[in-house]
Amino acid sequence: MTIAITHLARRFADFRALDDVSLSIAPGEFIALLGPSGSGKTTLLRILAGLDFPDSGELTQDGRDLLRVGARDRGVGLVFQHYALFRHMTVFENVAFGLRVRPRARRPSKAEIADRVDKLLKRVQLEGMAGRYPSQLSGGQRQRVALARALATEPDLLLLDEPFGALDAQVRVTLRRWLRHLHEEMNLTTVFVTHDQEEALELADRVVVMSQGRIEQVGTPDEIYQQPATPFVFEFIGKSNKLPVRIQNGRLHAGDQRFDADGLDGIADGSGVAYVRPEHLALTPTPLESGWRATLRHIYLSGSVAHVELDVPALGQTLEVELGGEESQRRSLQSGMSITVQPRHLTVFPLAGNSGEPDITRRRVVHPRYGQAALARWR
Amino acid sequence: MEAVLKIPAHARPRRSRLVPGLLIAAALGFLLLFLVLPLAAVFVEALRKGLGTYVAAVVHPEAIAAIKLTLLVAAIAVPLNTVFGVAAAWAMTRFDFRGKALLGALIDLPFSVSPVVSGLIYVLLFGAQGWFGPWLQAHDIKLIFAVPGLVLATVFVTLPFVARELIPLMQSQGSDEEEAARVLGASGWQIFFRVTLPNIRWALLYGVLLCNARAMGEFGAVSVVSGHIRGLTNTLPLHVEILYNDYNYAGAFAVASLLAFLALLTLGLKTFLEWRYGAELAARAPRGH
Repeated sequence: MTIAITHLARRFADFRALDDVSLSIAPGEFIALLGPSGSGKTTLLRILAGLDFPDSGELTQDGRDLLRVGARDRGVGLVFQHYALFRHMTVFENVAFGLRVRPRARRPSKAEIADRVDKLLKRVQLEGMAGRYPSQLSGGQRQRVALARALATEPDLLLLDEPFGALDAQVRVTLRRWLRHLHEEMNLTTVFVTHDQEEALELADRVVVMSQGRIEQVGTPDEIYQQPATPFVFEFIGKSNKLPVRIQNGRLHAGDQRFDADGLDGIADGSGVAYVRPEHLALTPTPLESGWRATLRHIYLSGSVAHVELDVPALGQTLEVELGGEESQRRSLQSGMSITVQPRHLTVFPLAGNSGEPDITRRRVVHPRYGQAALARWR
Repeated sequence: MEAVLKIPAHARPRRSRLVPGLLIAAALGFLLLFLVLPLAAVFVEALRKGLGTYVAAVVHPEAIAAIKLTLLVAAIAVPLNTVFGVAAAWAMTRFDFRGKALLGALIDLPFSVSPVVSGLIYVLLFGAQGWFGPWLQAHDIKLIFAVPGLVLATVFVTLPFVARELIPLMQSQGSDEEEAARVLGASGWQIFFRVTLPNIRWALLYGVLLCNARAMGEFGAVSVVSGHIRGLTNTLPLHVEILYNDYNYAGAFAVASLLAFLALLTLGLKTFLEWRYGAELAARAPRGH
């Protein structure tokens, strides 16, 4: 059951909620739509559910035009952000709803419905809760009722809108694991919307990063984190340092440094921006020829990771560095000390000549070449 | 609703008891003077000449006719406005369309127009000299100074009650549950009867009660279109006026006491519902966000 989304566009008055969005979803895939609010992820989910329709573009399922099918007949399961449980119905009635409203010809018998609801409640670990009302349940329990209700009609596609948004941190993590297991068990094609990158990276097979109604990047969690395709993804996912750079004669200039570097072939001279992850910066107290001189302003440990803040006068900005906590203790890093910092690799976006915006089509991963003597030995 | 917002006594900041005491006394005194006293006076005056006179006034054929007519008018106007109110609230809270603000203003119109003016509108439209008067006469249809006119005027005056009761509630409930039902495969009617209606039932009943109270008590608009034909087009409030103008004070107050009793009954039901409905909201509204 492959779902093909092609060139979808949706406007609300002057606001472009979706702007030429194309995506293909394979059977059994677990997809996360990740983006800040207003990025169009919920609009896309609602279009998949049949609750909203695009102004242009196509949506097909194995070649069948889904836009001709209303929400009622689309056969998707949808879990709302605030669950939208029927408040005047018990847990049992909520889960049975999708079966009870079927036309008589397709409606299972009462006994069958009861049997199916019982099985679902067992699956979501809510046995014995059948007689309760939604108001008598905790957030996590309500979430699972909503999931059981969505699964009751045996949908081909499960959609979840910010499924963990309204839960406290601990319940969230537990439920996340549990949902991942459930997905592995049932192998049901699942699309969920989230603004929480940790959630997306942990759960999904593929992450779709969205911003301002457009897809910025589609990839596995690893690809999204390790090889961000655009400045937005760099800034939205994980931490990164952003530096202004110049490219000249195949060399990278940043601050007072000039790096001989691999990866700049075919890039004309000009300005650019470079992004470097905090864990891709190497530190040493030894003054070296290549590498910026910096002052360690602040260091703190969070769990097993040490976060270091450096003042770099040559760049006129601070850099964030992360290294193993044990490492930092062994080297007895302290605030105030002088440090040399070297990027191990950076991602460079040359600025487009006409707009001055980073040009994502000329993105390059740049590896500075350090001589043996000029290489920071830590890490 | 108030019950939900109450702050437990121990959480309130401590303050002098004098000011609240004075305010409560003032409010109670005001209520006593302007509400309870006149209401009590109605019953006292009604029974002044003894129970016999009272019963005689109430079972008088003209009084019985007025009671029947009042009930008939309410029995037509209230269901009509219930259907309209639910439809209007549904439209106002579930759809975006051009002229939505205008619809909202129109629903409120009967509240802002004097009832006498509402009555006059119908006379101007359907009366013998009105716009449609000649046509109606030619087809032998009598609206003004007849029962249909009374119903029309009552429908107009009581139009906002149900809709105004439902709109804020349906707005706050949102349409998530209805959308969930749709995705689960429910048809429009199934959504309405299984999801929407149960969620608004108490507010709906409350609105219907208010609408009914007004329908039975309406005087101004009905007075203009009635024509005051005894035993035919006199509702209870009009009958009271006629008796009063005939210097039959005991009779007037006896019939008025019936209306007052109906009002008290409505008030009782309303209080019961508020208590019930408040508990319902508190117990079943999702917590936590």
